[in-house]
Amino acid sequence: MHAITYEAPKSLEHALRLLAAAGEKGRVLAGGTDLLIQMRAGVRTPERLIDAKTIPELQVLSFSPHEGLRLGAAVPCYRIVEDPVLCQHYPGLVEAAGLIGSVQIKNRCTVGGNLCNGSPAADTTPALIALGAVCYVASPRGTRTVAVEDFVVSPGRTVLQPDEVLVEFRIPAPPPHTADCYQRFIPRNEMDIAVVGVGAAVTLDGEVCTAARIGLGAVAPTPLFAREASASLVGKPLDDEAIATAAELAQKIARPITDMRGTAEYRLHLVGVLTRRVLKVAAERARAR
Amino acid sequence: MELQEHKFKVIGTRPIRHDGVDKVTGRAKYGADISLPGMLHAKVLRSPHAHARIKSIDVSAALALPGVKAVITGKDLPELPPGSQQMGELVVNPRYLSMNIMARDKVLYDGHAVAAVAATSPHIAEEALKLIKVEYEILPPVLDVRKAMQDDAPILLPELRTSGTPEKSDKPTNIASQVRFARGDLEAGFRAADVIVEREFTTSMVHQGYIEPHNAVAQYNADGHGTIWVSTQGPFSVRELCSHILQMPLGNIKVVPAEIGGGFGGKTTVYLEPLALLLAKKTGRPVKMVMSRAEVLRATGPTSGSYIRCKMGATKEGKITAAQVWMAYEAGAFPGSPVGAGCMTILAPYALENLQIDGFDVVLNKPKTCAYRAPGATNAAFAAETVIDELAEKLGIDPLEFRRRNGAKEGTAQPAGPQFRRIGYIETVEAIMNSEHYRSPLPHVPGKLVGRGVASGFWFNAGFQSTAIVSINSDGTANVVTGSPDIGGTRAACAMIAAEVLGLKAEEVNPVVTDTESIGHTDVTGGSRVTFATGYAVYEAAQDAVRQLKERAATIWKVKPEDVVYQDGVVSCVNNGHEPMTLKQLAGRLARAGGPVTGRAAVNPRGVGPGFATHVVDIAVDPETGKVDILRYTAAQDVGKAVHPSYVEGQIQGGVAQGIGWALNEEYYYDENGIMRNTGFLDYRIPTCLDLPMIETILVEVPNPGHPLGIRGVGEVPIVPPPAAIANALYRAIGVRMTELPMSPAKVAKAVLEKNKAPQ
Repeated sequence: MHAITYEAPKSLEHALRLLAAAGEKGRVLAGGTDLLIQMRAGVRTPERLIDAKTIPELQVLSFSPHEGLRLGAAVPCYRIVEDPVLCQHYPGLVEAAGLIGSVQIKNRCTVGGNLCNGSPAADTTPALIALGAVCYVASPRGTRTVAVEDFVVSPGRTVLQPDEVLVEFRIPAPPPHTADCYQRFIPRNEMDIAVVGVGAAVTLDGEVCTAARIGLGAVAPTPLFAREASASLVGKPLDDEAIATAAELAQKIARPITDMRGTAEYRLHLVGVLTRRVLKVAAERARAR
Repeated sequence: MELQEHKFKVIGTRPIRHDGVDKVTGRAKYGADISLPGMLHAKVLRSPHAHARIKSIDVSAALALPGVKAVITGKDLPELPPGSQQMGELVVNPRYLSMNIMARDKVLYDGHAVAAVAATSPHIAEEALKLIKVEYEILPPVLDVRKAMQDDAPILLPELRTSGTPEKSDKPTNIASQVRFARGDLEAGFRAADVIVEREFTTSMVHQGYIEPHNAVAQYNADGHGTIWVSTQGPFSVRELCSHILQMPLGNIKVVPAEIGGGFGGKTTVYLEPLALLLAKKTGRPVKMVMSRAEVLRATGPTSGSYIRCKMGATKEGKITAAQVWMAYEAGAFPGSPVGAGCMTILAPYALENLQIDGFDVVLNKPKTCAYRAPGATNAAFAAETVIDELAEKLGIDPLEFRRRNGAKEGTAQPAGPQFRRIGYIETVEAIMNSEHYRSPLPHVPGKLVGRGVASGFWFNAGFQSTAIVSINSDGTANVVTGSPDIGGTRAACAMIAAEVLGLKAEEVNPVVTDTESIGHTDVTGGSRVTFATGYAVYEAAQDAVRQLKERAATIWKVKPEDVVYQDGVVSCVNNGHEPMTLKQLAGRLARAGGPVTGRAAVNPRGVGPGFATHVVDIAVDPETGKVDILRYTAAQDVGKAVHPSYVEGQIQGGVAQGIGWALNEEYYYDENGIMRNTGFLDYRIPTCLDLPMIETILVEVPNPGHPLGIRGVGEVPIVPPPAAIANALYRAIGVRMTELPMSPAKVAKAVLEKNKAPQ
């Protein structure tokens, strides 16, 4: 146990100054549902906590058919789950946000924190990858963008430099006949961490798939964008055969480990099962639009 | 005074529990709520290795940290001679117990205590732990029970020799003891069988999962007396164990039981108590210790993982002709698995002429096991009840009908020898056969495979010693004082028994659980014994109070005590001319009629009534992911006379919930180095309320002839059938016999895949 200082900046500019001053000893605190546990366990030992929840730029949540979705990094998951516009346009993202923890945890935890924690098993990350979400990252040097699938570099580590803050995600507005879906497997019904998580978004023209993105969680050191599996669907009818082919291609890039949450063999099996399931649901949703 | 069942006024009703309001409003004081002036906080340094020799421990830097008041290691604890002794339900070896709570020359499991630090704050104590330098020589660990039994296995305890062998051996071993139960002619029995089934089973180590971590607050006075406040199932055993471990006179230790947040058998021994008392002695200040969840999982006593081979034969008519069992249980780092109980329970529901059961108690590099709800019986029933199910299937007989044909009844000899008195096993089988659940068709669940399974279970229950005091207040209410910590609604049960005898309402009796200096010896809350044995003492003590009340009335009326009748809380005289008095009126006159009335009793009852249960479960399996959902669960149990039916039902539901967790997801997950990887409730998966349906119960009340009120223990047997019942349901759903616990989704999915791949 060591002394920490806590700061609650009221602007992004202030937060960036605090973070720059803290250097390696600083860490952004969002919902704290991962960070505080890691601090108690001695896994992370920051000395300055800079609270993201008080920064207005990180609390943005807006949608327009023109701009798409702007999702602030510190928006708590309950706002996503309870937002009718998000439920309509991004049901897969809402599913992912709704699966994290209990009601109490959802009141605290954030999509930005879920990504910055760097866990390969984060539920919202495959959903964001499926939607082609882009991260807006600010630092004293300006703003840069990073695709969600490029954000995590290894378990617990991200592309963020010590003086950078993840500000928001931007997600394109879904074209007509587009829908997404996220499913994970856990041994219990709630309160658990994904053994495997798969997100998918598809766009249909009649029965033909014109765009598809598949994101995988908990099957490699980082969340994955299943590029080939996604590409294999484009230009084809979204039938069982196409879905099975995509699921096999998704399995090919999975490099799971064996741990207390599942064996590598079982995880590989689940990548196939869940990829098929989310594609079917996403396709059904897209047809209904 | 005779109480007749059909006249019970309080027993069998469902009053609000006396301790309920304090618990739901957060007022109840648990061990971690205790705080004393000048109190220090202590933390334990634990081994990061599963098996290692301690070459040196340097505590100087820790001692130098400001705020640190004392550091203890194994050197500070007295060396004790080898040998075991019976203590209530447990056989205890004080030497091993002392080595378990603080390692000496070797650490034997991940989390084994190595040193403890007392400091002015818990944070300073934690910082000090990091300053203790321990030099280890890492030794190869052994983590599998069968590997631990091999000749070339790494040896944990060089002094250990196998007890119970026909010939004495002087070879170091990990097999602490072996035991055999046999009768009849096994070979002839198998020759007479038309069908024989033999299977192997493995089960993982599992933890009780009580919500409240272990805790202790200790104070040591200059006169050599010490007091310990602790959440424990056995304040008297804590006193006795601390007396042994610290070599202090028993009478110099007082143990005050705090409210307890779950025990299930796991709080029947000591971990922190002697360390806290020793640190209090060293520092002269009160010392508080509270474990983290990870410490609870790594270093307290779960129950055994096991390997069981079970072979049974039966005739076409459905009669079991022979049964042979070979079982090895993980004791953890020190001897003392419940394999003996496993041997004695595994076939107990059945009347068998030819049987042989061999059991082995084996040490390996995991935490020392402790009691867990019907210790040893659940693993055993998983094996036997699966084989029974398969025999019935092969013979084309309904699995419940098969059990009814072979079921034990009054006069049946148990596998361990003694004959059963009146028991209600067959009644539980028939209760399930006749249940709405068993008679309903299995529901259809789209995309899922569904199955129904049944299984039975047995548990001895326990008697042992209890003391009770029933005192009459001047307003005609009563206090009941016992030494049995309440882990299952037993305060309410004891109050109800006293109320029944005294003719009071349950709420007119105040039940109190007190410390080791305020009541006579009372054995541990365990073995489902409290309502039976402490309830017996309360019954006798209340009768003693009634006898005295009659004497006082006789004094007032100047008649003979035998002319006074006590009925429904009213004293009356057989001779006319005396107006009957209510207990309230009489109580108000005691001051001038001989003084207060206090009934007391101390018992060691022998008439223990065993518990039997039969369960049915419907499940739905996702054939692709292997996930099992419990759709419906009904448990029938012979509960004897149910004193408070709601708490009996609660015990059954709680036992089933734990059994379902054991069946599907719970396991100690070790890496190849013997380091436990799931040291929290995120990855040690007990079921949440979202994983369980409402568990339906059928109370079969066959009164226990060995108890004046017909009471049997009820708390343990409900955990016994669930894994087997679920395995049998899984077989109906997926067509594969699951023989490994937990039957986790990965294993079920693999079984389905392999079955689909296999040529039909």
